Amino acid sequence: MFTALIFYMFAGIAVGSGVMVISSKNPVHSVLWLILAFFNAAGLFLLLGAEFLAMVLVVVYVGAVAVLFLFVVMMLDINLVEFREGFLQYLPTGALIGVVLMVELLAMLGGWAFAPDIDALIKAPTPTLDQASNTVALGKLIYTNYVYLFQASGLVLLVAMIGTILLTHRKRTGVRKQVIADQVNRSSKSVELRKVQTGRGI
Amino acid sequence: MFEIGLAHYLSVAAILFTLGVMGIFLNRKNVIVIMMSIELMLLAVNINFVAFSSYLNDLVGQVFAMFILTVAAAEAAIGLAIVVVFFRNRGSIAVEEISQLKG
Repeated sequence: MFTALIFYMFAGIAVGSGVMVISSKNPVHSVLWLILAFFNAAGLFLLLGAEFLAMVLVVVYVGAVAVLFLFVVMMLDINLVEFREGFLQYLPTGALIGVVLMVELLAMLGGWAFAPDIDALIKAPTPTLDQASNTVALGKLIYTNYVYLFQASGLVLLVAMIGTILLTHRKRTGVRKQVIADQVNRSSKSVELRKVQTGRGI
Repeated sequence: MFEIGLAHYLSVAAILFTLGVMGIFLNRKNVIVIMMSIELMLLAVNINFVAFSSYLNDLVGQVFAMFILTVAAAEAAIGLAIVVVFFRNRGSIAVEEISQLKG
């Protein structure tokens, strides 16, 4: 009963903020609604017993990705007036596709069943809580059976990092920067010691 | 109604996924909102994975959800970098005006 109430709260707020993400007038508000949706999805993960993923969702998505979105939205000078133009024009198409997709998904939800030999197909049974917590169990799995996949995801992040730096880095002309090597390599002739007479100047 | 089962979580994920798809169609003026819609869809997929993982007692679903998180983060970073570069060159991020590849 209590779990059900919590579930409906998280699910309702997640869906509601999802609606606000795509329909809000200001992209900054969209990002903030997206953050709310992520928080509530993290709550759903907690209800499902996936504590580690819930925390990763909050840290990585809210802490990194959503803030990155916020930075970019605020950095770009977006015309808010024309931002909404075309929303009504595309509303019939979007609503139609949404309804069709929703009907298909619901039809699938009503008609699916587990395979009869599902218990034999389970790769890594979840240990009970007195054996290992969710984080420990997940870590043991990732660093043993799925270590290559783990390394590959690290590579994906590395490629993303290099690509992002490469894309956004630019050489600006007309900027005077300190060049240490030039300073060190200066010849001794560029500096001269003069005897200045008092009251005369050079 | 008060017994929360797998179907409840799948329904939430289905609704969120549909919202993401609709967001792609509705927002023609701003690539960033489209990328947020993609994030919503990835979140829905993650909810599906974790729900199945939890109800089948199989931890592999959560491992896979974590890799989806990684790919989503990388995708957001590169996509936003492309948007920034595009804005720097063209002064607009409206999807309708991105037609240089049309020829």
